[in-house]
Amino acid sequence: MANILVYALHYDGAINKNSLGAVSEGAKLAAELGGEAHAILLGENVPQELAASLGNYGAKKVLVAEGPEGLAQPLVDAMAAAIQGGDYKYALFGGGLLGFEIGAGLAARLGAGVAMEVTNVRAEAGELVAERPILGDSAISEIKYRSDVGIIIGRLNAFEIKESGAGAAAVEQLSFELSPQAQQATMLTRGEQRGADVDIEGADILVAGGRGLGKAEGFELAEDLAKAFGGNSAVAATRAVVDAGWYPYAAQIGQTGKTVAPKLYLAAGISGAIQHKVGMQGSENIVAINKDANAPIFEFSDLGIVGDLNKILPKLTEAVKAKKGA
Amino acid sequence: MSSHNGSSNGRVIPAAYPPPVDSQKEFVKRGLDAEDELIEVGVAIVGGGTAGLACANRLLQLLADDPETMERLGEVPVAVIEKAKTCGGHNLSGAVMRPGPLEELFPEMTREQWRAEGFAFGEVTKESVYILPSAKTKLRIPPPPPQHNKGNEVVSVSALARYQQRVAEEAGAYILTETAATQLIVQDGRVVGVRSGDKGRGKDGEPLSNFEPGTDIKAQATVLAEGCWGHITGAAIREFDLAKDREPQVWELGVKEVWKVKRPLDRVIHTLAGWPLKISASYGQIGGSWIYPMKDEKTGDDLVSIGFIIDLDYADATTSAHDLLQEIKTHPLFRGVLEGGERVAWGAKALPAGGYWAMPKLSMPGAVLVGDAAGIMNLASLKGVHYAIKSGMLAAESIYAALKRGESSFENYEQVVEDSIIGKDMWEQRNTRQPFQKGLIRGGPLVNLMIATKGRFPGGRWALHRNDSKPMFIGKTKDSYPKPDGKYTFDKLSSVFISGNATRDDAPNHIRVQKHVPRELAETWKWMCPAGVYEIPEDAPAEGDVDVIVNYTNCVQCGAITAKGGRLTVPEGGDGPLYQIL
Amino acid sequence: MKICVLVKEVPDAAVEKRIDPSTGRMDRSGEKNLNPYDTHAIEAAMQIKEGGAVPVEEIVAVTMGPDSAVRALHKAVSLGADRSVHLSDPAVAGSDVAATGYALAKTLQRESPDLVLLGQQSDDGECYTIGAVVAEHLGMPSLTQVIKMDVDPEALRCERQAEYGYDTVQIKLPAVISVGDAINEPRYPSLKAIMGAKKKPLDTVTAGDVQIDTAKVGGDNSAAQWVSAKSPPAKSAGEIIEDEDTGETVEKIVAWLDERKLI
Repeated sequence: MANILVYALHYDGAINKNSLGAVSEGAKLAAELGGEAHAILLGENVPQELAASLGNYGAKKVLVAEGPEGLAQPLVDAMAAAIQGGDYKYALFGGGLLGFEIGAGLAARLGAGVAMEVTNVRAEAGELVAERPILGDSAISEIKYRSDVGIIIGRLNAFEIKESGAGAAAVEQLSFELSPQAQQATMLTRGEQRGADVDIEGADILVAGGRGLGKAEGFELAEDLAKAFGGNSAVAATRAVVDAGWYPYAAQIGQTGKTVAPKLYLAAGISGAIQHKVGMQGSENIVAINKDANAPIFEFSDLGIVGDLNKILPKLTEAVKAKKGA
Repeated sequence: MSSHNGSSNGRVIPAAYPPPVDSQKEFVKRGLDAEDELIEVGVAIVGGGTAGLACANRLLQLLADDPETMERLGEVPVAVIEKAKTCGGHNLSGAVMRPGPLEELFPEMTREQWRAEGFAFGEVTKESVYILPSAKTKLRIPPPPPQHNKGNEVVSVSALARYQQRVAEEAGAYILTETAATQLIVQDGRVVGVRSGDKGRGKDGEPLSNFEPGTDIKAQATVLAEGCWGHITGAAIREFDLAKDREPQVWELGVKEVWKVKRPLDRVIHTLAGWPLKISASYGQIGGSWIYPMKDEKTGDDLVSIGFIIDLDYADATTSAHDLLQEIKTHPLFRGVLEGGERVAWGAKALPAGGYWAMPKLSMPGAVLVGDAAGIMNLASLKGVHYAIKSGMLAAESIYAALKRGESSFENYEQVVEDSIIGKDMWEQRNTRQPFQKGLIRGGPLVNLMIATKGRFPGGRWALHRNDSKPMFIGKTKDSYPKPDGKYTFDKLSSVFISGNATRDDAPNHIRVQKHVPRELAETWKWMCPAGVYEIPEDAPAEGDVDVIVNYTNCVQCGAITAKGGRLTVPEGGDGPLYQIL
Repeated sequence: MKICVLVKEVPDAAVEKRIDPSTGRMDRSGEKNLNPYDTHAIEAAMQIKEGGAVPVEEIVAVTMGPDSAVRALHKAVSLGADRSVHLSDPAVAGSDVAATGYALAKTLQRESPDLVLLGQQSDDGECYTIGAVVAEHLGMPSLTQVIKMDVDPEALRCERQAEYGYDTVQIKLPAVISVGDAINEPRYPSLKAIMGAKKKPLDTVTAGDVQIDTAKVGGDNSAAQWVSAKSPPAKSAGEIIEDEDTGETVEKIVAWLDERKLI
């Protein structure tokens, strides 16, 4: 039996979206290998219902371990214990910082092969092959595992969430021992919000503004739209407008600003010059609004609208609000 | 020259709007810092290009056999100060190089070894010269004598500088990359060194949290090898009056691309004048282009180097070397070579084109000039690489001889250069550019006459006028520029991107220009700059004075702005492009 | 306190990266530079030393790489490290993340550091992982994405960026900390420091010198095998709408977004 153990991060009573994606992916791959996907949750008094809910995404069983939340090393201990005691061939992590740390630590603990920033996994002759982009997304590399256990760490948003409708999963307590190193770290405060500090790198939806907005006030249109989308949405900016002082540097995307890959990148008034393109070309869905039909951005956008953003953005904001309210 | 209100016949003269800079005041430091604050070296070479490194290479060869003199140069006998991330990062040239001086510099190397090292790409066996009468036709002409290239080698000066850097380091040189030399240090009328640039200043020049001031570099001998009229060179020329009784220097601007191609090219190709240039006296466009084959021994790829050069004496503000290169690529002569290929590099650089009469005096107390900084370039063939190497070697030999004798004057360097092939060639070519300032049609035949008679007829000394004294108007050259298709023709911004340009977003502005000027001048800068640094706001008035936006982080430091009304100063060390195969 | 900083030489960000046709691997020739994230790690070490809360005897830069990697060490030293160690051995060439972390851990063991600092990611691809591998082999606690660090003789108080906001974690020494670029603004080296760097002690060690089991390192022994590189699937051309009736256009956009579950 080739079982897959999937790490799931939870916070504030909910499972992290990337973990849901990983569980869905794990279930899909396990089926192809003729095995099962099990999930693992670690925390202080993890609610049974929360654990069981992962069954809806394809987990056959959920292991619950008691330990300090938000730290990687206790999970290395827990997952190693589960893998050594169980029948797991692969450990799967959705995108997320802890996932990288845990996956790498686990690889070291087990002497296992590890691949990170994985964007696609496929089953081939009873084995899993991981694919990851390299060279700035210009090529894809394939990775096969030589070790007994293979560790796959996905890129942010790489795995699609799929509800299987299978109902609640079986929940099992996992007992394990904390290693000496895991005992050296103590979480003092977790998840402190810092004012308007929006992290554009982690946003699911980005509304980005460029010179075409006309003036600094033009960013109000972008902010309104981002607010209408709600959830994990943020506003970003091109270097030209940041230089002009229309928006802060923390929101800059492009060659020397940040690189992003959100689910939706909506570019308003952005020409799509290559310095900007490299910062956002990995976005899953690119929508561009520009009044110049020859703007380079239309060459790589998924949906392009040639028109006046001053007319389109307000109407779009209303329509999105209406759709969400409905 | 200019009338008092900066215009002539409704045309605008750039020189009437000088940049806000006082080079002697700002770029000459009088006196050294305290002993414990400065660095002491034997010979300081400013500029790690072909000429500067040839000087370093030759010096170390001589010092290797002379431990006594080496000792006298102290702990750091030879230091090379280079503003790019690595030597070669800011170097660019055609280039079809005469092999002699490089063979002299590294006598044990064969040409096969040059190619194995990755800076040479094949010997020239065939060549063709064309004039393009129109966008679709070509006319082959016999190569004028200076264009005889058989036996020469196609090289990349970026790659060559990298090789020379390695050799210099192995021989004991300290190569200080990412280091800008911002000031010449003069004490009691003598050059005693240079000062390195500050790092960590913000947009308005204010020191940031990690501000690191520059350092005085004290040297027994200083070699200025900054290239096409370097920053300190300009200040040195003023300080020591090196341009006295000389014609003003003039420049050309070259934009180059390297392409990977499907079929190897079997010859070097040059085009002279013709389409797409507007050769009337009113427009005054003089220039040409090239296509050189490159066989990359390391990867097995077939490459070509292509480029367009234009004399900066043109009058139409919309003249753009970058766009003219894109335009000429649509000609079947170019298109045939590039079909199915891929662009792999882009860059731009200005060349000193004043020739013999514009060369400054080559030495001053404590320092000498080499390479393009000395204005050494063969005007008829536009070759300078082999001279750069030769002048670097001669400078090394003069300095070594003087230091060995315990002398401090390098005056004899001037004579040595005059007596060498440099002096001989420059003298022959001394009047071959000036007639072009009358336009191609009137000047052309005179130029040919001078070339054919090796400078003897008509003789005399022909004057040059400064590039920034040319009255500018907004003409029609831009009307035929092709729209970039992203496959064969490209816009400036994506070109700057592949030059490897990386500049800190909050770096201070290193370009000095007036920010509110007549439209004709603003348009001149906008079109001329290959990197798209200068922009005019969309809502600026159609006539009269306009604002100029300076996107200085795009700057690839080609130097053209200094010729036409502005001044390029040195940005923070490490900024700018990272040319590899140009 | 003894601080070791792990540094890495990576291809310059501006250099166009490509696959070497003969090996199918990333072509690592061409310009190399000290990994920018590592400069933040060195700066963090320097700030601890200059801060005075804990006496720091020495800062040691450690790297694993071919001959050219000494340049990264020189740069690290010019930024303030007191000496450096270079693990250079053909046996470790081609190691993946797990093998590299193991090799570095063995090299660090010889130094017995109280604190190991490194940049959390490198410009040539690997993110947030080496620190965890090294810590596992050294049996030390580890934390990554650290953007603030306060030190006292026994423990560190670190702030790090996580999915849900900022965490404050206390970690007992010895520890392995991977820092983010928001932690500090690295200083520029003075020319004097740059020129003096070559004179500082540089220790070159082989796998045998630090007891690396060569069966666990090197391209051929890596547990994750990079099989091939191919082009990503070509992105099909997108749809273009010309806005004439804005109301209609907006409806089309919303429908498009809805189809893809983006609303």
